[in-house]
Amino acid sequence: MSDANAAPQGKIKWGRVRQSRRISDKLLRVFATTSTMLAVFVLFWILGMLIWKGGQGISVDLFTKITPGPGSQGGGLLNAIVGSIVLTFLGIAIATPIGVMAGTYLAEYGKGSKLADLVRFINDILLSAPSILIGLFVYVILVMPFQGYSGWAGSVALAIIALPVIVRTTEDMLRLVPNSLREAGAALGAPPSIVIRQISWRAAKAGIVTGILLALARIAGETAPLLFTALNNSFWFNWNLTGGISNLPVTIYAFASAPYDNWQQLAWAGALLITGAILALSIGARSLLNRK
Amino acid sequence: MVAVYERSYQNATKVTRKANPFGFDPIFAALSKAAAITVLVLLAGIMASMIYGGWPAFREFGLGFLTGTQWDTMNDKYGGLPAIVGTLSTALIAMVIGVPLSIGTAIYLTQLAPAWFKRPVGTAVELLAAVPSIIYGMWGLFVFVPLFAAYFQVPVSQVVEGMPIVGTILYARSPSGLGILSAGIILAFMIVPFIASLTRDMLDQIPTVLRESAYGVGCTTWEVVRHVLLPQAGVSIVGAIMLGLGRALGETMAVTFVIGNANRLSPSIMDPGSTIASRIASEFNEALGMQMNALIGLGCVLFFVTFVVLVIARILVSRVKQY
Repeated sequence: MSDANAAPQGKIKWGRVRQSRRISDKLLRVFATTSTMLAVFVLFWILGMLIWKGGQGISVDLFTKITPGPGSQGGGLLNAIVGSIVLTFLGIAIATPIGVMAGTYLAEYGKGSKLADLVRFINDILLSAPSILIGLFVYVILVMPFQGYSGWAGSVALAIIALPVIVRTTEDMLRLVPNSLREAGAALGAPPSIVIRQISWRAAKAGIVTGILLALARIAGETAPLLFTALNNSFWFNWNLTGGISNLPVTIYAFASAPYDNWQQLAWAGALLITGAILALSIGARSLLNRK
Repeated sequence: MVAVYERSYQNATKVTRKANPFGFDPIFAALSKAAAITVLVLLAGIMASMIYGGWPAFREFGLGFLTGTQWDTMNDKYGGLPAIVGTLSTALIAMVIGVPLSIGTAIYLTQLAPAWFKRPVGTAVELLAAVPSIIYGMWGLFVFVPLFAAYFQVPVSQVVEGMPIVGTILYARSPSGLGILSAGIILAFMIVPFIASLTRDMLDQIPTVLRESAYGVGCTTWEVVRHVLLPQAGVSIVGAIMLGLGRALGETMAVTFVIGNANRLSPSIMDPGSTIASRIASEFNEALGMQMNALIGLGCVLFFVTFVVLVIARILVSRVKQY
């Protein structure tokens, strides 16, 4: 033992690892660690910027007053916040029944069928289709024929973006339900529709809700498809959702690129609100899934 | 005994319980099938509406719509080349910067990070993917672009000025920070979390035995990654990268903020340009007549490019998952 310790460290190479191997290993470790740190750093940089610049604009007025005119002082984002909530929830309300039913078809009825394979494939493509094209599509089918922007068009665009997320998670979650549960239900004489509703859906409930929350987080910050469907509006909106509807993302876009300090301040505050809401939703969805 | 049983079984009156054709069961099945078909109809509808809306522009300008460089709203002459080139070059820059970073991040998350550290860092990376693109745009415009102009564009322009090739590609005529390169860098940050978390999931799927046996014969981490993990997950990582490419091609808001929205073709990646998506976002609401058709026509081009990329991506990703 004492001999080994006495031997001069410099002369005996540790093991027989070639220098080049050790260097390449070191380089990989440094590179991988740096790139991860960079990604985490960017996240905190963005969050820090939002809190720093947006935090100053958070006030009671933000939630009680409507958007101010160009160059004027004061005002808030009340109409944009309410408009965004209405559009987003309407979008989810349209997408959820269709998405859950389509996911149910893929997981329960369409096992091994060609149609189900095709739908699954197309759904995956729709999942990553550019959102601006969905905006254009809704413009062509809903805005052009009816000669006008509307909240309905905006929420349909958001629904089309939310739909593939819901289809995908519903299918994945229903596939996790053990078949023995379904067989037990069928053995009691329950027809497929009752087995699905009373057994599969119940067992997969947490997962399906997670999917809906993720879809909500996905569409809450979408701007591009709203640009030419719901447009924007600086007034309180009418509840039949015709005409331009004020909404947070498009308001932020318009205010951030405008030369008025007051507007920019509101844009930062709105950005903080929307990012906070989306991150809270994603974290909530994740913890819901992990709790199971 | 068995034979007797079988015969008696065959003779027994068949109990056939047909579901009531007007009951709830077939309605439920039909509804779910209809919902699934809705997904197909949507994609077909998007394709059809792009072709329908862009048709007048294609008919008017023919192939010149793809190769023309002028975007003249006065004389109604539209050529999409600058936007198409801008789309491809920003996406390429994003890939060149983003792909190594995302694979590095995935390797860190699966191989190097201590166990207690994996969850929080992994969650942070996934949250980065959830940040809406307009926030990236604001961060880019108000934070990144000024820094980029002051500490990268100005010094680099001074160094490369007058040099052949490099001097053309990297010289900024007006170092405002806005331009193709800034857009590419912001896009890279946007796709890193996306590609990284997909790649991480794929590396996690590789059986631990493979990794451990490689370490067991004395491989370094680099050798395990290079000779075991990457070949195993190779095809699906390419799929993940293609998915990231699809996202980079169609990204709108972040790019619109930082690209400068110039309608000309410039040899320098430091100069302002435009992408298909940013062109549509910034002009569509004021567009009338042929300009609108030309914009939808550009959307049609974008649709088919991303469609092909995404189809290849999904085929690559799914082929590996099956084993």
